[in-house]
Amino acid sequence: MHAEPLSLIFLNAAIVNNFVLALFLGICPFLGVSAKKETAWNMGLATLFVMLVSSAAAFGINWLLTELDLLFLRLICYIAVIASTVQLVEMFVKRFSPALFRSLGIFLPLITTNCAILGLALFQTAKEYDFLQSLVYALGAGAGFTLALMLMAGLREKLALARVPSVSQGAAMSLMLAGLLSLAFMGFAGLGGGHG
Amino acid sequence: MAELPNTEERLTPDTFLRGLWEENPVFVMLLGMCPVLAVTSTTINALAMGLATTFVLVSSSLLVSLLRSWIPKQVRIASYIVIIATFVTIVDYAIQAISLELYAALGAFIQLIVANCVILGRAEAYASKQRIMTTLVNSLGMGAGFTLALLSLGGVREILGNGTILGISIFPADFQPWIVMILPPGGFFVLGGWLLLFNWLRLRKERKEAEQIGVTAHAR
Repeated sequence: MHAEPLSLIFLNAAIVNNFVLALFLGICPFLGVSAKKETAWNMGLATLFVMLVSSAAAFGINWLLTELDLLFLRLICYIAVIASTVQLVEMFVKRFSPALFRSLGIFLPLITTNCAILGLALFQTAKEYDFLQSLVYALGAGAGFTLALMLMAGLREKLALARVPSVSQGAAMSLMLAGLLSLAFMGFAGLGGGHG
Repeated sequence: MAELPNTEERLTPDTFLRGLWEENPVFVMLLGMCPVLAVTSTTINALAMGLATTFVLVSSSLLVSLLRSWIPKQVRIASYIVIIATFVTIVDYAIQAISLELYAALGAFIQLIVANCVILGRAEAYASKQRIMTTLVNSLGMGAGFTLALLSLGGVREILGNGTILGISIFPADFQPWIVMILPPGGFFVLGGWLLLFNWLRLRKERKEAEQIGVTAHAR
């Protein structure tokens, strides 16, 4: 069993190995819903919630499949759990905040194909975290995802007022910005100790 | 689904070529960016990832197309995901059997092919409506386009970041590799650079066309 302290796991997932900027997970929503800060914040929270639930579920599934010696079914089970959690969140958001539901649009159901969430489940399995460590890891990953999304949204809101050459408008500009952010996050390397 | 016959398209060379250029999944539709950025630090990894994704894309599209009249509308996304996950599991075990080194290099990204939106997008937008032959050709084209994009990123990053191509050194010994290119920020920069190039080409073409129209209008 790993003796990694919980604070380090959190720091590692949130900042040092930020899911978006260092591990390239969840790039689609990162580019898609980062145009406004408010939407970015809500998207971040929704993702954080799905991450927590699916992380807990993945822990249970992994234990069960290991007991039953059916590990080749792991991937299929993980994705099924994630898809149903997303469905749950979608129904919840639709019921309690139709405005938010509209502003998130297609990106809400697309949380299913957000590789950050499946990645989280796979990484925690690979690292053999126990239940509490898995939850903290999910919390850190979600916080890191929200942080990256908010930073990007802030930059893009400023950029909307700037005059950008027509060649570099749209996705190309966003990617360059993401590159700079990622460069800044490289500075944290070595802070939390350990890899991935 | 007998009431939808006219959405089926005929098999033309364009069915294949569209995926390569016009609707290139990475450069035009901006789908499946995560593996594109994450595993392209060397050309070999990029090629392996491209081939693995193409295999999953083609076989899952075929199966979806084959089963398209049997899958109920309400649970279609879930069914597609399960089909895709099955083929990804196959690929995962196959790569593990072929080369452990490659398996270690690609890491979790082989299993993350499940969450690649190119594949689900194809299943939903194309394979669920088209006949098997056109689906086969179209998904082969998309896979080739995806592999091409991965290679163009992997090539640039390996040449600049490591001074090699496919592991063979191509620069004189005193070349200082740009380490940043094989690190995460390099992925963003190189992809951004490619998009800039395509934007520039597209704008130039549009300007030329506009001038052409202007010239003919003057001639009248």
